[in-house]
Amino acid sequence: MEILTAIKRVPETGAKVSLTDDKLDIDTTSLGFTFSPHEECAVEEGVQLVEEHGGNVTVLTLGEADATEQLRSAIAMGADDGILLDGGDDEWGPVGTSKAIADAVGESGTDFDLLLFGNESADTANHQVGVRVAEELGLPCITGIKELDVADGTATAKREVPGGSEVYEIDLPAVITVKEGLNEPRYPSMRAKMQARKASVAERTPEPHEGDLELVELEVPESDDSPAEVLGEGPEAAADVVDVLEDLEVV
Amino acid sequence: MSTKELPSHAGTVIIGAGIVGSSLAGELAERGRDDILLIDKGPLSDPGGSTGHASNFIFPVEHSKDMTKLTSDSRDIYRDFGVFTNSGGIEVARTDERMAELKRRVVSAKSFGEDAELLTPEEVEELVPYVNTDIIKGGFYSKGAGTCDPLRAGELYRQQAQEKGALSTAANTMVEDLRVEDGEIQAVETDKGTVEADEVIIAAGLWSPKIADMAGVDIPLTPAVHQMVSVGPVERFEDGEGEINYPVIRDMDTQMYERQHGNDIEVGSYEHRPILWDVDDVPSIAESPLSPTQPPLTEDAFEPSMEHALEIIPDVLDDPDAGVRHSIDGLLSVTPDGHPLLGPIPEVDGLWSCAAIWIKEAPAIAREVSKWMTKGHPDIDIVAHDHVARFDEYGETQEFVKSRAHEGYQKIYGIVHPREQWQSTRPLRTSAFYNRQEDLDAEFFEAGGWERPRWFESNADLVDTYEDQIEDLRRPNEWDSRWWSPIVLGEHLHLRNNVGMIGDTGFGIFDIIGSDAEENMERLCVASMDIAVDDAVYTPILAPNAGFVADLTVARLGKNHYRVITGGAHAGQDRTWFGKHLEGDAELIGRSSELCTLGVWGPKAEALMDSISEEPMTADSFDFAEMKDVTINGVTAKALRISYVGEFGWEIYAPMDRGQRLWDTIYEAGQEFDIRPVGTGVYGETGRMEKGYRLMGAELEMDYNPAEAGLTFHGVKDADFIGKEAYAAAIDGENAATLCTLSVTDHAPDGGEPRFMTGGEPVLDENGDVLIDEEGRRSYVTSAGTGPSVGKHLLLSYLPREYAEEGEQLQVEYFGQQYPVEVEVAGNGGVFDPNNDRLFRNEY
Repeated sequence: MEILTAIKRVPETGAKVSLTDDKLDIDTTSLGFTFSPHEECAVEEGVQLVEEHGGNVTVLTLGEADATEQLRSAIAMGADDGILLDGGDDEWGPVGTSKAIADAVGESGTDFDLLLFGNESADTANHQVGVRVAEELGLPCITGIKELDVADGTATAKREVPGGSEVYEIDLPAVITVKEGLNEPRYPSMRAKMQARKASVAERTPEPHEGDLELVELEVPESDDSPAEVLGEGPEAAADVVDVLEDLEVV
Repeated sequence: MSTKELPSHAGTVIIGAGIVGSSLAGELAERGRDDILLIDKGPLSDPGGSTGHASNFIFPVEHSKDMTKLTSDSRDIYRDFGVFTNSGGIEVARTDERMAELKRRVVSAKSFGEDAELLTPEEVEELVPYVNTDIIKGGFYSKGAGTCDPLRAGELYRQQAQEKGALSTAANTMVEDLRVEDGEIQAVETDKGTVEADEVIIAAGLWSPKIADMAGVDIPLTPAVHQMVSVGPVERFEDGEGEINYPVIRDMDTQMYERQHGNDIEVGSYEHRPILWDVDDVPSIAESPLSPTQPPLTEDAFEPSMEHALEIIPDVLDDPDAGVRHSIDGLLSVTPDGHPLLGPIPEVDGLWSCAAIWIKEAPAIAREVSKWMTKGHPDIDIVAHDHVARFDEYGETQEFVKSRAHEGYQKIYGIVHPREQWQSTRPLRTSAFYNRQEDLDAEFFEAGGWERPRWFESNADLVDTYEDQIEDLRRPNEWDSRWWSPIVLGEHLHLRNNVGMIGDTGFGIFDIIGSDAEENMERLCVASMDIAVDDAVYTPILAPNAGFVADLTVARLGKNHYRVITGGAHAGQDRTWFGKHLEGDAELIGRSSELCTLGVWGPKAEALMDSISEEPMTADSFDFAEMKDVTINGVTAKALRISYVGEFGWEIYAPMDRGQRLWDTIYEAGQEFDIRPVGTGVYGETGRMEKGYRLMGAELEMDYNPAEAGLTFHGVKDADFIGKEAYAAAIDGENAATLCTLSVTDHAPDGGEPRFMTGGEPVLDENGDVLIDEEGRRSYVTSAGTGPSVGKHLLLSYLPREYAEEGEQLQVEYFGQQYPVEVEVAGNGGVFDPNNDRLFRNEY
């Protein structure tokens, strides 16, 4: 089985977000980078399927050269090959990104049976790239998947809907976008991480696309950033807790 | 969120609630401080500093008595709190060189009272079966090592202080400014209000420089990355009880450690390239996904460490279920010399520093600093090497701190020779003699930032000249001869036979001026300060317990004017001590950078100096310890008849701008007398050791009093002075130990390569047991140096009373081997020229 998974380098979240002065980007001075939990599940699913059925997982990303770091993380999780579409500093919207990925799939010389995407990216969350790539390649597509089985050239995929779930059967090749919860992504072992650092990653330069979505400005929503404080432990802490509750007019 | 109101006043404000600040709160409360406010910008009990990500293990053995003691005391404190686990620890060696270093560590353990032994690879495997013993030569087993929980210890310390009613805490409170008026701390301004304070301690870890800057002062440290990852779950660890069941492994040659933590193994590294941060780039708590001091791992820097970890513990790391679950660039504090930054800030009264401290030593350091604050001195010597003021006047710039931190980072877990010199940001302080000395191929060592020649390659011919006397004192072993040259021995003999010029001696020089100068000097010095103008005197400076704060020379330049001359490496400490104790009309004025010092000593010193000085410079015209103005070829200077090498001659203090002319004049006129420039290898080692002169920070320290050091020749003067009572009692009482000069009687008792000790070795009785005096103090070599004039390798050591007898036969241990030694002098006195005929009477 030949599987392609696509990932996107994004800043590590979980803290207050600061913007750059031009408000067009997140200030990442003190942030690390990662790829989203959806995409981690996509990689994990690909690796598990190959472990079961044989074949190869190719992981692909479009971004700056630094995104190689995320390709290596995916390789450490068990992906076999990496492809960097070096997009430079340019802004890549969903249309351009999808075309670039579809072109790369076409040029790869590999007939992929399954293309796995995260349901949406962790930063821009356009929910478009998986669907657009399917369209470009003329492949069927299902989205928002949290359970997946593959047997005899057919994928059985399940997604949650309000009040229940929907189950699809789809002939491969196909595009599937997945969501966190599909599986439990592994922590790569140290040896795998080290080997991944030495793995070679193919690099290509994609054709930029005009007339895509254009970012005008980012805004950080108001948030409640009051810090947590441990007031104490055991019964002795009760008085302090009461003080706080009174302060908040809860009691 | 905190609902408590910030008080408007507190007796003591501690800034920083990590293990250091919390320990300080507990220890200060223990010593009677009853109005303490502990502030941190983060929440309790983990406010987000380095305490929160430390790997929390304690290896007690260091090549330093004080640091070993501070670490073992801290371990006791953690143990008393119930947060210490005695897992043991093993330092493994991959190379023969490291194996030798581990032998040296066993020796240090013996010197400073820790249990330790060498292990074969098989013995390592028995204790830690997952270590790959194929790649190691052996190990150093520190049985007393273990792990602790500093966050919990901090809570318990705070709880103790709170139960005494002595402590209130203000978490989530950001310090915005320190208010200083007339050189005195007034208040701490925060985002929750202003707190007036009598004393303020900066215990803010890597943020300390930022806080210090608010008071216009420096705490010279930089944040640096220590990479750490946690790998798990490891099946092997699943059945164990508690947090740790195997000794912590330090893979010394790769500067890494591997430590079980529950089901995980923590792999930490100091191997990666130094990654230094600017404190202003450290994110706020809100901006930090984990904590401000746990930014994400710099993956590429960690690559060699992964390889090395996989080599040393493959069984654990290749557990099929184990993955890298956590990885950080942990930020910690690094100083220019790797030591902490402790004590009173010189420029601001009431402001203290307690920073750059590892978990393993934090509680005991806090205890000693709290003693310093409450009774005027610590009991363990954290003054000599750890005083925040030691970089005063030279080593506080960003460039200096960063370059030294960069260099020093690579020495963590390194094999560091006791004489090893720093390489970066040099030369920094050069005297007027520097260019001439460079022309003479001086090998420069650094002290207090000053470049001082250790020896001159241009004197290489002296090794041949004095070959007969030097032959048996050469050091064939590479370690023994590292940062050393036999030229030192040649220079020494030449000076004792002819005349030598030594400079710049890099002194710290400051004046005390004012109508109350004499009164202040009397109060600070053991020697009487009621001396004639133009006289000088050597004097100890004592703490209230009669431990040594300093030893230095004081000259009286006028009725209300004294000049203090002290070792360059101690200049900041001594200035601070004097500055903090001055009362009334007395001002301290620094002179270190405006005066250069040139010593001219030897049998021909009189003839040489008298021939070039306008004023007579002879034994008859110049009393010992007299300081007079002299004019030498247009250079006015002060000459003091004194010597640290035991020869007739002078120290000449000239204005820096005329120093080169002074050098040239003496060097040229000296050719007739066969003068040679001589390095501090003679001044600080061979000459001083032959004369038994004591060195601050080596022999002279808090643990021993002047009676034990043999420095009571001033007697007890009438005037009151700090430490007088304890000093008088020490003189009256019987010494538990006496500082002795010993010589090595056989350098190769089992044949083979003769060895020459470098200092720090334990002194043993005939059974091989370390000598311990009745106060529990262990005998070790405080200084070692060769005496070429007496043809012996000499050692200084405090020996228990019953062993302090001339002719007593003992042993020292060096790299695992025992060597016979003999007591040459018990108490004060020289092995060479014991009657001081040369020094006092110019008799040759």
